[in-house]
Amino acid sequence: MTGTVENTAPPAMAEERPPVATVGPLAWVRNNLFNTWYNALLTVLIVWAVLRVVPPLVDWLVIKAHGFGAPPQECRADLGGACWAFVAEKLRFIMFGMFPYDEQWRPLLVIVIFIALLGASCDRRFWHAWFGLVWLAGLAVVGVLMWGGVLGLTPVENTYWGGLPLTLILSVIGLAVAFPFSILLALGRRSTMPAVKAICVTYIELIRGVPLISLLFMASVMFPLFLPTGVTVDKLLRAQVAFILFAAAYMAEAIRGGLQAIPKGQYEAADGLGLSYWQKMGKVILPQALAISIPPLVNTFISFFKDTSLVIIIGLYDLLGSAKAALTDPSWRGFYREAYLFIGLIYWAFCFFMSKYSQRLERDLNRSRRH
Amino acid sequence: MALAHPQSDAVSPVITCAGVHKWYGEFHVLRDINLSVAKGERIVICGPSGSGKSTLIRCLNRLEEHQKGSIVIDGIELTGNLKNIELVRREVGMVFQHFNLFPHLTVLENCTLAPIWVRRQPKAEAEATAMKYLERVQIANQAHKYPGQLSGGQQQRVAIARSLCMKPKIMLFDEPTSALDPEMVKEVLDVMIGLAETGMTMLCVTHEMGFAKSVADRVIFMDRGEIVEQNTPDAFFTNPQSDRTKLFLSQILSH
Repeated sequence: MTGTVENTAPPAMAEERPPVATVGPLAWVRNNLFNTWYNALLTVLIVWAVLRVVPPLVDWLVIKAHGFGAPPQECRADLGGACWAFVAEKLRFIMFGMFPYDEQWRPLLVIVIFIALLGASCDRRFWHAWFGLVWLAGLAVVGVLMWGGVLGLTPVENTYWGGLPLTLILSVIGLAVAFPFSILLALGRRSTMPAVKAICVTYIELIRGVPLISLLFMASVMFPLFLPTGVTVDKLLRAQVAFILFAAAYMAEAIRGGLQAIPKGQYEAADGLGLSYWQKMGKVILPQALAISIPPLVNTFISFFKDTSLVIIIGLYDLLGSAKAALTDPSWRGFYREAYLFIGLIYWAFCFFMSKYSQRLERDLNRSRRH
Repeated sequence: MALAHPQSDAVSPVITCAGVHKWYGEFHVLRDINLSVAKGERIVICGPSGSGKSTLIRCLNRLEEHQKGSIVIDGIELTGNLKNIELVRREVGMVFQHFNLFPHLTVLENCTLAPIWVRRQPKAEAEATAMKYLERVQIANQAHKYPGQLSGGQQQRVAIARSLCMKPKIMLFDEPTSALDPEMVKEVLDVMIGLAETGMTMLCVTHEMGFAKSVADRVIFMDRGEIVEQNTPDAFFTNPQSDRTKLFLSQILSH
């Protein structure tokens, strides 16, 4: 065999450019939009559909829309344009519900506090135990602002709470309390202790098998039946608890998926170093499992943020509820498209932000781990 | 059977296995293991795959549970008692075939995690110790990288340093070079040889017979869950007693 193989190093070659026809925008269009007959057909169909839908939409939204100060009669006279005057007129009602008009700076401040807390939490530099205390302090301030009754603030019964602050309270507190609870449930479901495992499995399967609406009905209608006469638990609190119980079961399953993806060797290495169960979970397993669970967790966050709107069925006026209530004003009846579009935009803004943030977080966590 | 126990008369053994049995379901994976290891002794355990050698050393820090017999490590018997298990694991370091470094922590954090949380060392002290051991396995310059950025040989050296940071009395190696590319085996074996020279008590499951010859005080041959033969490396390789040992040696030394 020796001596028969020649040195086959290629001769030096000048740097060759790709043929002109394969680069540039025209080539891109041809390669991506018209590369086969069915792609060409789809492209044409989509362009036609866009031309059919977009101009009338822009017409209604902007061009023919009535001014913010337009009276309802003017809007009704020409339904070809959106009546943003309705949103302008009812803005404070949609945002704050039936909270006393003169005190609405308080729920506004609550919204600001929530957004500030959420915004700061996105920064990983704040991911320390002390930031939990900042959250507790923030929530205490939220409670004082909403309830009042101290510091010269007028007391406001929580039956008057509504709008965006109520949505934020239900979803943020709900998810924040459900999250640690769901971690315990996920760990319990994988526990080697039969009783712990059985309890966690039963809980998760029971809650997941029931629609959220029925759980809310139970919290609002059935639960009081079990209480001794004279004892009442606040309706909002009951809804909040039902919400936490429900969210925890779903989040536990998302986290369990992450836990299952961690190789056995990680557990063994942690055991071998003498870490206790909670050290092993807290320092080795959960940081990895939660990072893996980000996409399904955010999925749960987003769907629960929107599901808070179901509290309308037990008579709480969250963002959706107060928008619907605004529509019952006889002089402004019928402008439901504007109302739903407006609150849809608010829901979308929060959800889009969550989605974008989770993508960034995933990328950051992966960057530090792999390359 | 001629046994070489260099210090067995002077010191009480740090590991004693007496009549140890283990089953996986119906499968009898360890049969009547009796083993006594003196302080500072270096033992190589070899045998065909499925012979129970990995299971045996994994029983020594209770990653696996034995069902019969007794295992006493440094005066502490391994039972269901969690406190005892944690105490034993502090004193017994383990190096795995697949390294099992923590991918979300830097090399340095991998090394300081257990000293800080298990030994309650101050962070600065744990980091100083870690750097010392990383220096010893010649990887200190990579201390702030993540395991995923290192080669297999480098990762295994970090894994050894991570175990050493707990200042264990005994080190267990479970086929530490089997998952490595050939060119990286030597750098890991060199670290292990260096460790042996410090007088560490070592039990090593390996197929590296060169390592066994140059470092081991005793070679144990296992087959089908039993200790078939144990001897000094010289006697083991030149004068194997049982047919199973002869067959095994002919298979692994022929290539």
